[in-house]
Amino acid sequence: MRVLQIIEPAYRATLEEQDDTVLWFTRAIRAAGAPADVLLCGTAVNYSVRGQDAEGFRVGGWAQRHPPIIEHELSKLIESGARVAALAEDLAERGILTESMLPGIEVLGRKSLGGLCAQYDRVWKW
Amino acid sequence: MSILTFLLMDAPYEQARTSTAFRLIDAALRHKVGVRVFAYEGAVSLSMTGQKPHANAVHGRTLEEEAHPTPHAWVGALIELARESGVTFDWVNCGLCVDERGANEVVAGVRRGSPADFWKMSLESVNTLVIPTR
Repeated sequence: MRVLQIIEPAYRATLEEQDDTVLWFTRAIRAAGAPADVLLCGTAVNYSVRGQDAEGFRVGGWAQRHPPIIEHELSKLIESGARVAALAEDLAERGILTESMLPGIEVLGRKSLGGLCAQYDRVWKW
Repeated sequence: MSILTFLLMDAPYEQARTSTAFRLIDAALRHKVGVRVFAYEGAVSLSMTGQKPHANAVHGRTLEEEAHPTPHAWVGALIELARESGVTFDWVNCGLCVDERGANEVVAGVRRGSPADFWKMSLESVNTLVIPTR
C-alpha cells in the first residue's frame, strides 16, 4: 500500500520537537515497512532549502541543544529510498531557486498533482 | 467487518476539527464500522481523565447546569458505543507524545503505541483519514 504524505505547514513546533513532526512520523512508518513518499507544498517547500540553522534558541538560562535540522531529516528520508518532491509554483512564489535546494528533491508542477496522487493507494494531507 | 482509521492531532478545546472528528467516528460506529484512532501530538490529551467540567458565570449556569463537555468523556462514550454496536474500537496514544505532555492518566481502554501501530491500523482498514493540526 503506497502512501503519499503531503506536508503544507512548515516549522510546526519544530523547535519543541527537534524535528518536523510529519517528517519524523514518515521516517517512523517507513521503518515499520510503509512505502511512504513526501510532497512538500505551501510553506513547507522551504524545507528544501539547504543550510538552515535553528541553533540559538534560549529561554532565560535554558539553551536548547540539538535543534531541528530539517535538511538532515529530508536527507535521511531520501537515503532510505523515499521519493521527496516539492511543488514548483510554491517554490517560485517564495523565490526558492533550484540551486539553493537539497539534492534529490524533485520539483513537480501543480498540473502533475492529479497524476502523482493516482500513483498512491493512500494520500494523507498534513 | 469494515474498519476505518482516523489520525487526530489537535489538542482539546482548540479546534472545530476535534468535535467533527468525534462526530465522524460516532457515525462510523453507528453504521457498524470498526474504528481505529491514532492520537498524535496534542490529541493525546483528548483522553486525559484529569479534565474537569466547570461552572460558567458568563453563561449564568452552575456546574451541573453548564454540563461542560470533556473530550475524555467522549472517548469513553465511543468505547461504549462500539461495545453496544458490536464492532471493534481501538484508541492508541502516541507514547512519546504522552511523555512530552505528561498525559499518562487516560480513559480505560486507551493504550499507548507508536507510528508503527498507526501503520498496522491503516493496513487493516478500508481507508484512513488524517486530520492534522494547522
